[in-house]
Amino acid sequence: MVQFAQQVVSGLASGSIYAALALAIVIIYRSTGVVNFAQGEMATFTTFIAWTLVDHGVGYWPAFALTLLIAFAGGVALERIVVRPVEGGPVLTIVILTIGLFIMLGGLSNWIWKAEVRSFPPNRPFPTSTWDIGGVAISKQDVGILGVTLGLVLLLYLLFQHTKIGLALRASALNPAASRLVGIRVGWMLALGWGLAAAIGAIAGMFTAAASPPLDPNMMRPVLIYAFAAAVVGGLTSPVGAVLGGLTIGVSLNLIATYDSHLHLDLDRMRLPIALGAILIVLLVRPAGLFGRAAVRRV
Amino acid sequence: MAALLELGGVDANYGQLQVLHGVSLSVGEGEVVAVLGGNGAGKTTTLRAVSGMVSTSGDVRFAGERITRASPERVARLGVAHVPEGRGIFSELSVFENLQLGAYLRRDGFGEDYERVRGYFPWLETRRDQQAGTLSGGEQQMLALARALMAGPRLLLLDEPSLGLAPIVVRGLFEIVVELNEKEGLAVLVVEQNAKLALRSSSRAYVLEVGRVALEGPSAELAENESVRKAYLGY
Repeated sequence: MVQFAQQVVSGLASGSIYAALALAIVIIYRSTGVVNFAQGEMATFTTFIAWTLVDHGVGYWPAFALTLLIAFAGGVALERIVVRPVEGGPVLTIVILTIGLFIMLGGLSNWIWKAEVRSFPPNRPFPTSTWDIGGVAISKQDVGILGVTLGLVLLLYLLFQHTKIGLALRASALNPAASRLVGIRVGWMLALGWGLAAAIGAIAGMFTAAASPPLDPNMMRPVLIYAFAAAVVGGLTSPVGAVLGGLTIGVSLNLIATYDSHLHLDLDRMRLPIALGAILIVLLVRPAGLFGRAAVRRV
Repeated sequence: MAALLELGGVDANYGQLQVLHGVSLSVGEGEVVAVLGGNGAGKTTTLRAVSGMVSTSGDVRFAGERITRASPERVARLGVAHVPEGRGIFSELSVFENLQLGAYLRRDGFGEDYERVRGYFPWLETRRDQQAGTLSGGEQQMLALARALMAGPRLLLLDEPSLGLAPIVVRGLFEIVVELNEKEGLAVLVVEQNAKLALRSSSRAYVLEVGRVALEGPSAELAENESVRKAYLGY
């Protein structure tokens, strides 16, 4: 039971990382109708920027905040410069574009920072000690990652649901033509969406490096698969679904790995196939996901 | 009456396909003008040419300012509210959010505008949290109109408001448009298949045929015109 509780908490922590990246995927999916395959590489790239900042003497949390801003600006720039020319084009074009970005950013990370193994952050952002709650040892790092990620997700929720710009962001994704008619600059809203997605992806990147060191240029590849699974389970259009999907996948994978030590099925090696299996099953059985809702329309 | 909207020799095309050929028309301050015509005559495209939703050449002026090729966002900013074909409401959002979006460009006065719009559509308040896509067709059309009014426009562009609605709903809708015009001096350019109702609600009208203005004049005169009667009024 104690082990179960510990594994759930640590599963929630890694799950919140998947949730953050899944949320980034959902934000872009809602506005462009495509899954951004480059989301993981964007996160890796920004994490290396954070590493460079820390390497130059910036403190961890200032570097964290600065990286979010840089990621935001980078996301906006990427949309304006690279995605904009194909906006409104065939979906396949945009898909290929994001695959191109995936390859290009991955290559850039490898080229600039070399494929050497780094520890980031050099000092852990959260204490490595644990809290003892009723005999259950709970890692402060797990709680820290979970808390900061969910806090930022909450901020994002408030932005989308309770501000004018958030309403404009949602409207632009739902009906671009009608949005322009009420005076919303839809092009900039799409760019803003990419900026927010890049920033929330950067959180996932930095915490992945902290939770499962070392920092290496390919570290987000499995995380991206888990985030895809989370987003698909949640329904691809539902931010709430993406977060719950991420947490569910984090906890499930952790529990599988834990109890497998009794079963000796070597399931730990099956983490990626299990995540891909979840994607497949959801798409076959319930394509709208658990939380995605087919829009009700009456004509 | 000074012309609020003026189109002079406007061409419009979708890619290679030219839909408007030198269309000229005007809407005065506080005037209701109807555009009639069959399918494919270019009625919808005429409205789209005003709000910058189609590639256009020629001269489009709103309140003296040249807006040919201006973006829809800019035309909206100048005070033109366009209720497009198919209503253009945000079906996944709530009724209230739709109204908030209508007032997107407004800096203040939301409360007053909301009061005023509710005066015309009292049912909006009780349905404010309902998802707009679950309203009936007539309600959706009224919501689209209400949303346009929230922008506090100087000119309203209405595209086929009667499409797919029961006659009694359509009459109610036109009564509100006429009331808006009479009480608030709102200028309206309405495109409509229902020629009888459109002619009765407007002071002037244009008849479009294959992208050209075939006839124009006071609505009452057009209603008596032999060819208009045969082609559009069916008697």
